[in-house]
Amino acid sequence: MDETGVQERAITRPGRGGRVVRHPSPKEYIRIAIVLAIVTAGEVGVYYADLPRSALIPILFVFAAIKFLLVVLWYMHLRFDSRTYARFFTLGLAGAITLFLVVLLTFKTFAR
Amino acid sequence: METAQHIYESEHEATSTGLPNAKLAMWVFLASDCLLFGALITTYVLYRGASLVGPYPKDVFDIPYTSVSSFVLLASSLTMVLALAAVQRGDLARMRVWLLATALLGMTFVGGQVYEFTTFYREGLKLSTNLFGTTFYVLTGFHGTHVAIGILMLLSLVAMSFTGKITQRESMTVELVGLYWHFVDIVWIVIFTVVYLIPTGK
Repeated sequence: MDETGVQERAITRPGRGGRVVRHPSPKEYIRIAIVLAIVTAGEVGVYYADLPRSALIPILFVFAAIKFLLVVLWYMHLRFDSRTYARFFTLGLAGAITLFLVVLLTFKTFAR
Repeated sequence: METAQHIYESEHEATSTGLPNAKLAMWVFLASDCLLFGALITTYVLYRGASLVGPYPKDVFDIPYTSVSSFVLLASSLTMVLALAAVQRGDLARMRVWLLATALLGMTFVGGQVYEFTTFYREGLKLSTNLFGTTFYVLTGFHGTHVAIGILMLLSLVAMSFTGKITQRESMTVELVGLYWHFVDIVWIVIFTVVYLIPTGK
């Protein structure tokens, strides 16, 4: 353990059927945080880059997706925990995305 | 210090799924909350650019200010996982420090949101001014309420740790609050992009 209380060792726990569930080490968490900060800075930088809307929107969505996945997979441990949790969460997320697409396509919002 | 094996064995009773019911319930709740925020974000995007009178988003948004708020909330996710790692290795003192840091960062975020709302209000954007005002305040207000509830949960965890209710054996409680907190963070990731960064016609 260093002076900040951060341990290098990952925390491992036995999961279902004796499978070992590994949670990331605090140093791994810090590395993820640095990536998140860089991607957020990239988002703001792209916002000010004066790109055409057709290029800006996909880039911003890619940045947001990277941040979303990093938090869900590492900080919320979905990459390491039982897939049952992931299935429930994916179901809710898929419902939200479906709602988004159905409403916006119905009202032709994308064409505006 | 207890071993990880002991932590796992004692933290939940045998269930038909082999998974702790509380954690499963939290994931089901988060899935349902996805639908709530999905509906709110959809409504915002549906009425984007449909306001007939100002102020419009470009008149009131302060991107550098909101970017700092986003950094603060992301930082709070880091302190939250460090709190969880601390309790899982039995270091309650450091867990309290990280939980309090998380709560403080959350309060900074909510305080920033209150300041932003006040500024917008003074600039003439009320809940009923236009469609932008209505959808913006409802969406970000719901998110802010989630953050405020999260702060109460974090402070409760700190209080519970002094009464012996949070221990290395009971680290699941910290993990559940952590899941809620990170969820609030990922919702903000989407809001920051969709509401603040994607430009509107007016």
